[in-house]
Amino acid sequence: MTEKITRKQIDRRWIFLFMFIGVALPLIFTIGFPIETSENSEIVYDLIDNTPSGSKVILSFDYDPASMPELHPMAEAVMRHCFRKKIKVIVTALWPMGVQMAEDTFSQLKADFPDVSYGRDYVNMGFKAGGIVTLQAMGKNFREVFPKDMNGTPIDELPIMDGINNFNNINFILAFSAGDPGIKQWVQIAHDTYGITVSGGVTGVSAPAVIPYVNEQKQLTGLLAGLKGAAEYERLTKEPGSATKGMDAQSIAHMIIILFIAIGNINYWRNKAKEKRGA
Amino acid sequence: MKKIIFLFFLFFTCLLFSEDILFEVNDIPNDDGSALQLRWNASNISAEKIVIERKDNGGKPTFVLETDKSTGEFVDGTEISTGIEYSYKLTAYNENNEILATANSVTFSKAQWFNFKKLSLLIMSLIMIISIVYYIYSARSGKELYIRKIAGLESMDESVGRATEMGRPILFIPGTLDLDDMQTIAGLTLLGRLAQKAAEYEADIIVPVCRSMVLSTAKEVVKEAYLKAGRPDAYKPDSVFYLTDDQFGFVAGVDGIIIREKPAANFFLGAFYAESLILAETGFSSGAIQTAGTAMPSQLPFFVVACDYTLIGEELFAASAYLSKEPHQLGSLKGQDMGKAVFVIALVIGIILEISGIHFLKDFLTIH
Amino acid sequence: MKRKIPLVITFIVGIVVIISEFIPHKPFGRISGELENWYLIIAGFAIILGQMNLFKVNLFKIRYKQKNWQFYIITLISFIIMVSCGLFWGTENNPGLFGNAESITSVVGSKPFDYLFDNIYQHLQATMFSLLAFFIASAAYRAFIARTLESNLLLIAAILVMLGNTSLGSSLTCWLPENLKFLHLPNISSFIMKFPTTAGQRAIMIGAGLGIIGSSLRIILGIERSYLGGE
Repeated sequence: MTEKITRKQIDRRWIFLFMFIGVALPLIFTIGFPIETSENSEIVYDLIDNTPSGSKVILSFDYDPASMPELHPMAEAVMRHCFRKKIKVIVTALWPMGVQMAEDTFSQLKADFPDVSYGRDYVNMGFKAGGIVTLQAMGKNFREVFPKDMNGTPIDELPIMDGINNFNNINFILAFSAGDPGIKQWVQIAHDTYGITVSGGVTGVSAPAVIPYVNEQKQLTGLLAGLKGAAEYERLTKEPGSATKGMDAQSIAHMIIILFIAIGNINYWRNKAKEKRGA
Repeated sequence: MKKIIFLFFLFFTCLLFSEDILFEVNDIPNDDGSALQLRWNASNISAEKIVIERKDNGGKPTFVLETDKSTGEFVDGTEISTGIEYSYKLTAYNENNEILATANSVTFSKAQWFNFKKLSLLIMSLIMIISIVYYIYSARSGKELYIRKIAGLESMDESVGRATEMGRPILFIPGTLDLDDMQTIAGLTLLGRLAQKAAEYEADIIVPVCRSMVLSTAKEVVKEAYLKAGRPDAYKPDSVFYLTDDQFGFVAGVDGIIIREKPAANFFLGAFYAESLILAETGFSSGAIQTAGTAMPSQLPFFVVACDYTLIGEELFAASAYLSKEPHQLGSLKGQDMGKAVFVIALVIGIILEISGIHFLKDFLTIH
Repeated sequence: MKRKIPLVITFIVGIVVIISEFIPHKPFGRISGELENWYLIIAGFAIILGQMNLFKVNLFKIRYKQKNWQFYIITLISFIIMVSCGLFWGTENNPGLFGNAESITSVVGSKPFDYLFDNIYQHLQATMFSLLAFFIASAAYRAFIARTLESNLLLIAAILVMLGNTSLGSSLTCWLPENLKFLHLPNISSFIMKFPTTAGQRAIMIGAGLGIIGSSLRIILGIERSYLGGE
């Protein structure tokens, strides 16, 4: 009977329509709700902010265009922070499209950081297939896994790669991850096997599965979760960007879901009362 | 008194004549001998540049590192072999590129036969293995084992029967990850059993896959299942096909199949990410009876909401053994449960010890 | 024999990989690395197998005019266009067989492959992902009904987390004094995510981890054979 009652609900296409309007309007007309930072985002910020200039870090772009709205603003904010702190960035990708994502991020920042030179302060080593197997091989010998960068320049000709033989010469690894292979594999290999600091950003939907790694053993040093994480990071760096704008849309979307949950419950109880009266 | 004066004298002499640079090269413990750990501290002198060179067995020096960090660590993993004497020389330069000081260190690299950092992992693994192997043999000797009912698996016959009655196909997705993920293999083991049932009931089965390695395995599994059911003629080679490696391209393809073919039963068994809800909701709207199973905790709520039956975490891995009803397979499940009991006890003891401020168990179990 | 060889290979490889986890000394450390390389090579070749299968299956459906055969023409055309663009004119920094397509690049602004990638592929992917927002809304509407004590708890937790994850949520409770800060919606949301959710997730993860060990052992010992198509 419960099933019968629940089925007497409104057509889901109405929900889709309201959702569409609720997300689209705030993207066009900015509302500007305040953003509060969470502890996990602050940890990621502190990690980068306390890294000495000249240090070398790996940013892994393990996502594709599908997750761009959530992970791209995050990647941009983090890379911007790295460049501002004069941290040298080595980009790797466990997803084929990650290479393109990193290039897109770098090209957006080029104008703001004209001094950042490719090969000296930033390098894109390209995509490597194999996921966890590749990470294990990187831990043993980075140069064997990435003998050339994405343009085919030999690793020995890239000044940024001087002295990089494995994970031990990297300050930390920060992975932007939309799934598998991604942040979980970085934790398992780079942190758990080689003891390197690993941090990262994930899509909102996969955050609950990754949060357990932010623990006392610091398997993950902080975590940027979804668009909210990206907006928080933008706030911490005091450089609002697309994530801050997107948070308005997310807030409204959540409110619409809550509203429909309320309608669903009212309908359910009303139908139940009717059934009782009918019986 | 004399002693004290002598000790003071010795201390100050040491301070006066102490080296400007601290430089040491050591073998990395618990490794295969393919790397050496270099540590230096030249903060006493205002060094602007540190250069480290290496000589193998007294041969020509090779460049190792150049850095502006006066204190640091470096792992030299380039062409290091065991049994060779490596002589390292550190040279510190000032801003005019003049040598301030040098330091030397000589060492050998050694390979270890056991990684002691993983001792706790070995112990835990042995507990699990012994427990599973014991119960497998105990089940073989005829001991009766109780396994609780798993609704999602009990309903498999019902789903296949429904598909046969309606004359519609069964859709099976073995997850979106490759063969190196255990969930995909668990999904494929279930595919074998489901395909056999489908062959027996004369129902069609559609298996779109998103990894090429999974394609060849899934094809073989379905073909063998039809053969075993005595219906090799009914096997359609194109029932298992590759769509794309791309996560959402795959979802679009499968959603299209669900809408066009309207399968009577959908099985989503394997590893899933954000695509889980898109697949399950489309399946729900098509009115199919849906069974899902995954060990991805973040996707389980979506499957629970949109599917009729959900295999949660370990149930997916237990499914094949459960369906086989073979004593030695069921024995392994029992062994697994015993291993779990041991871990729960360790967990409780660990919590009590941590609350009491004793950290040895946590430190022992932490692997780095 | 056909069945025994894969079982023997599985057993040997499984044992070697387990041993190499604990023994860093040669040859164990190296064997594991070599096996990993083999996997990469096989995975690389398997991609060709997948593409061939895609081509064959679609062509077959068009040739025999199976149900909805028109859709498969679109798949094949898209496939051929993308492969040809990449092969003939390359991608961003890599030239193709016919060079860099300067004439096309001067008109559209980027190489044909990159143009299609940026303007079609990326948007199609983002569209599919954004469907999730709609489906989450409809699934939440259906699932969060206050029927029993458990479903009430689930409903309350869901609303608190949803509110806490928005800017609106924080502005709703920002007036609370410092000593009541734990009642601040983002803090409640973070508490739910950090403790009850993490506890549940960990329980599932531990169970799944043990399940993986159990399944692996069954496969290595040759007890589980259904992935080979047999009992």
